[in-house]
Formats: sequence, structure tokens, C-alpha cells
Amino acid sequence: MNPNGTMPTYLGMPAFPDAARAAVADSQLRRNLTHATTAIRTKRARAVAELGDWEDLRQAAKAIKDHVLANLGTYLPRLEENVTRAGGHVHWARDAAEANAIVADLVAKAGAGSVVKVKSMATQETGLNSALAARGITAIETDLAELIVQLGDDLPSHILVPAIHRNRAEIGELFRRTMPDAPAGLTDEPARLAAAARAHLRSEFLSATVGISGANFAVADTGSLVVVESEGNGRMCLTLPRTLISVVGVEKVLPSWRDLEVFLALLPRSSTAERMNPYTTIWSGVTPGDGPESFHLVLLDNGRTATLADSVGRQALRCIRCSACLNVCPVYERAGGHAYGSPYPGPIGAILSPQLRGFSSPVDASLPFASSLCGACYEVCPVAINIPEVLVHLRAKAVESQGHYSERSVFKLSGYVLRSPRRLAAAQRAASFSRYVVGRKGRIRRLPPPLSAWTDTRDAPAPPPESFRAWWARTRGGAELRGRRPAGDSPGTSE
Amino acid sequence: MSAAREEILARIRAATGPAAPPADVDAAYAALPRGYLRAHHCAADTDIVALFAERAADYRAVVERADLTDLPSAVARVLAGVSRFVVPDGLPAPWLAGLAGGTAIVRDDPPLSARDLDKVFGVVTGCAAAIAETGTIILDHGPGQGRRALTLVPDFHLVVVLAEQVAADIAGALARLDPARPHTLISGPSATSDIELIRVEGVHGPRNLHILIAG
Repeated sequence: MNPNGTMPTYLGMPAFPDAARAAVADSQLRRNLTHATTAIRTKRARAVAELGDWEDLRQAAKAIKDHVLANLGTYLPRLEENVTRAGGHVHWARDAAEANAIVADLVAKAGAGSVVKVKSMATQETGLNSALAARGITAIETDLAELIVQLGDDLPSHILVPAIHRNRAEIGELFRRTMPDAPAGLTDEPARLAAAARAHLRSEFLSATVGISGANFAVADTGSLVVVESEGNGRMCLTLPRTLISVVGVEKVLPSWRDLEVFLALLPRSSTAERMNPYTTIWSGVTPGDGPESFHLVLLDNGRTATLADSVGRQALRCIRCSACLNVCPVYERAGGHAYGSPYPGPIGAILSPQLRGFSSPVDASLPFASSLCGACYEVCPVAINIPEVLVHLRAKAVESQGHYSERSVFKLSGYVLRSPRRLAAAQRAASFSRYVVGRKGRIRRLPPPLSAWTDTRDAPAPPPESFRAWWARTRGGAELRGRRPAGDSPGTSE
Repeated sequence: MSAAREEILARIRAATGPAAPPADVDAAYAALPRGYLRAHHCAADTDIVALFAERAADYRAVVERADLTDLPSAVARVLAGVSRFVVPDGLPAPWLAGLAGGTAIVRDDPPLSARDLDKVFGVVTGCAAAIAETGTIILDHGPGQGRRALTLVPDFHLVVVLAEQVAADIAGALARLDPARPHTLISGPSATSDIELIRVEGVHGPRNLHILIAG
């Protein structure tokens, strides 16, 4: 049983190293990712450098978020009170299933057979689309990248740009193949592809009766919800339908309206490297004659309170989903987002998914190890989440957890072997032999259980043909070898 | 429903300890460090309006400046090529005084359906505030701005920004707003970075944003 929330792992998801190994071998994927992340890294650095007080903004954001997390029991009821006062309805969901049921019931009550959706990490996390499908409700993703993912029956691989693993040629091919109303002669030019998406979704927006969104921020003292976006699909979903349902993680609350001056400065520059994103919608409850007549806020726990209980891991809840950490991560750039087995890929995913879901699946148990601890993620994080610190902390927890029981037994076994020279010699002979069995290209990638616990999360070098101890016994420190060599032969030239 | 509420709040108490008295929480909030600048530009040494014009143009919005007295003719010039446009209640009448007779103006009274709005090519509005630092316009959808759908569905948006509406930075602009109202922050025409993380203008919102700065 998952002790925390319920966020479905992608079906049959292997541990990170297995998934990453396949991804690294995909040269097209690596080219697409390198192309996109390199461009955004440079632009982000420029956008950040423009504000001389970036570090002060970052520290203020960190302090505000930490204050909220420490006082969530005060701010959530305050948010609820002010949303209700503004004419909205507030629902509480302990886990994904409860959130999905609340949303599906509301959609059914509104009499809608389909809904338009703004890209939302929370509903990706709860698997809302398939839950709605099970109730006979069609969810239409309207964000361009989400649409690309949905049309391709694919999985998101980036927080901001879920289809980052696809290049323009692949997207063009997908649109021509799957979009019945794609204009004749549609090229791969991004502007043409965006125009095709506009035409494709237009009538859905104009006739939609229910919109579903997440939110970037929820302001406790005014009951205001904030959605930051680029395309205008968000505005469409938040404005045109009669009913609006927003699924929002409990950690998204900000104390006061004034705090937006900090977060609206940090988020666009960190995520799309813009001074400001094209559109931000802010609303409080309902406004007669303008926008939805009925507004529902679903506050989602789903493992967040379990994360809150961990004093080191808690900082992951400061995350504002900008994805800057993905764009600078050498591991993400090579492995791609799918290897992380959750809607939250990259460094933030490596610390968020195991905390929200627990360590019971192979992928979650391996995620804290999916990092070289280089620290680039911490450096760019606009809310100063010390991701390496949380990774190390979670590594210890993963090892302690049931999933890594066998790894502990490996350490116990090695202690037993190392205490006796005779046992060590025997083990080393066995290991040398093993290179003929499992060594490939100088690496051991998969050992049989229980040793698989070691190779689950790392490759091991194949043992040398002869151990140092055996070599010393045979050659007495290489004297025999030196004696045989011609004079003047220098080390490093052999082989 | 309320069982879930109570359980989540109980989990929070278990994680963080019991909630502090509201006054203590508010005092702790007031003491949070805010070392950042509330404005990155000072009106004394920077032309805030010029900065706004420059930064809005960076998003490929069309930006023009006009004297208040020339505003009607400037509006007429911009709208000359627009076949049918909608005008919200409360738009100052003089702004449209320069239009040629017989211009097809549509009123949102009774409220137009989304499909009707889709047949209208453009919209003319004022705004509530603007941000120089980020080149952003803010609508609060009050008089002269129309409900949110009006500035969303038509493909062309002409917005008139009065010079005194331009704040230097985000903080100053937000302080001018009434949080109870709905707001839309607009920075350039609709755009996307969803293909290869490269910005392209023109998706679901108005693909043409024309800004007239008056005064």
C-alpha cells in the first residue's frame, strides 16, 4: 500500500536506470532535448540577469512559501472562507481518487459529456482524464503541447512543455495523421502548427460548458486564483464555460495578494525566460455577467501532507512548477522525461514523486539516485529548493525502505566476506569468473537476485581477470613482470 | 466532503503542530524578509512610459504613442482596416469620435454569445493599469474594458493606455487593483513556446495586439 497519496506510476514503469538506458540510446530524443534545453538555458540566464535583485526575490519567495507550509492549517481555512465569500464552492480531496470523483460528479451534474482542460500538473498527477473517460466524459486537452501528447497517445515528458521530446517534424507528421481538420499542405513550421491547433480547438472552446484547470497560486486573503499561461487556451477554459472546476494542490496557497509581486516576477523568467508570460488570469469566486456562473475549487492533498511531515523533504512543496531545474539538468537532458515515470520529471520529479507516492514501486525507489548531485538545479530554482540535499536525504530513506532490503543484505554479505582473507580470495575468484558470465562492454548491468538490488540503481564495473591480491601473490609486486620487460619501456605504452 | 476536510487538516496538524493564533501567524508574515526592489525603475531618471512602449513592442505588439487630443484620429487610423468591431459599455465616447460614418460598431448589449463574438473581427478597450518593467497591460474588466470574453474571442485587440496608468513595476501595478474583480494580464499577442521551446506568436487569444499610449 502506498502510505502517502495515490499518483499512478506509468503502467509497467521500470526503474529509472532501465528506462534511462533505453532513452539514452534514442539519438533523436537526445537531439530534441539538447536543442530545446540549450536554447532556453541561455535565454533564462539573460532574463534573470536583467533583475539585479533576483536573489532577494528568490529568498523572499522561499520565506513566503516556508511560512505558508508551516502555517497551512491557518491559510487553507482562510482561503476556503474567502473563496466561499466570493461565490465559489470549496471541496477537499484526500487523494487522487477522491479528487477525480468530485470532479466527475460535478461534470455529470452540469450535464456535460465533454470538458475543455487547461494544462494542469495536479490533474496529470491524479490521472483525471482516464477517470473521466471511465465515467463516459471526454477530456479535451487544449494546451498545444498537451494536445500533441494526447493526439500521439503519448506521455508528458516536461512540466512546462510536455511534448518537448518531439521536434517540429514529428509534430507536423502527427497533426497531418491524427487531426481530421488539419489544413491541406500543413508544413512543419511552428507558426503553421500553432495555427492548425487554433483552428482545431476553436469550436470546442465556443461550445464548452465545463472547463477544468489547475492554478499556479491561490491567494488566501482575497480568495483569488491565478493561472499563468501563454496561448490563451487558459483564458478560453477559465472564461467561456458556465462551470469552472479548478484542482489545486494544498501547497499552492499564498497568504496575500501582495505576494503575487514576488511570484509573478520569478515564474515567467524561470520557466519561459520571458519578462512576463502572455496571459495571466486572476479571479475570485464568480462575477455576475462575466465568466463562469459556477466555480468549484478542489483542494488536493494526495501525499502533500505526508511530504509536509518530513522536515527535510518538505521544501519540495515550495515548487512553483517552472521547470528551470529540468532545463539545466545533465541527467534529464540525456535520459528525457519519461524515464522518471511520473508527470513530474527531472530533478524536482526525483524528489517529489517518491515523497508523494512513497517508495513502493521500483521507479520511485530508484528516483533519488537519478542524479549526479551536480547542484545546477538548486542554483536555478526560483524558490531555492536544495534539491541535492533532499536527494541525499531520500536516498537514505529509500535504502531503509522495504524495496532496498536486499541492498542492505549485500552490505552485510560484503562485511562477512571482507572480514576473512580466505573468504575474500574465494569471492574474488568467483567475481573474476563472473566477468565471463555477465560483463558486457566492461560493465555489469544486471545481476541476479539478491545482487540485483545493487545493479538496480547502478552499473558495476566488471571485475578484473585477476584480483590485486592474486596478482601480488603471483608476481610479488610485479618484479617478475618488470624483469621480463625490455629496458626503456615506459608505462602506458603497452596495449 | 467535510470528513475529507477534517482529515486533511488533522494531517497538517500532525505534520506542523497545532495552528498558531491568527494574530501570531499574521505577525510572522509581516516580519518576512523582503529585500527585493518594489520598483526596478525610478520615474525621476527613467521615462517609464517609453520603457513600457519598448517592452510591449518586444513581444511583437504594435505600439504607438499619441497626444490625448490626437487620440480620436489615432484610433480611427488603427481601426480603418477593421471590418467589424465590438465596443464595451463605458468606453469614453471621444475615443471613437474620429471614426468615419457607417463604421460597423457592435455593442455587447444584450450580451453576445461566444459564437457571435467569433464573427466580430476586433475589440477596442481601455485598461486598468500597465507595467513598464514587463510591458504588460492589465484589464480589470470594468467600464470601458468589457467582460473577459470580449477581449479574448476576437482576433484583434486595440487597447488604449493612458500615460498615468503605467506603473514602473509589478508591485506598483498590483497595488492599484481591486482583488475582488477578475483580472487579465496581457503581455503581447497570444503565443506559445510548446514546439522546441521557441516562442511563436498566434495561438488561441487575439493574434493582433495594438497598443495606443495616450498622453
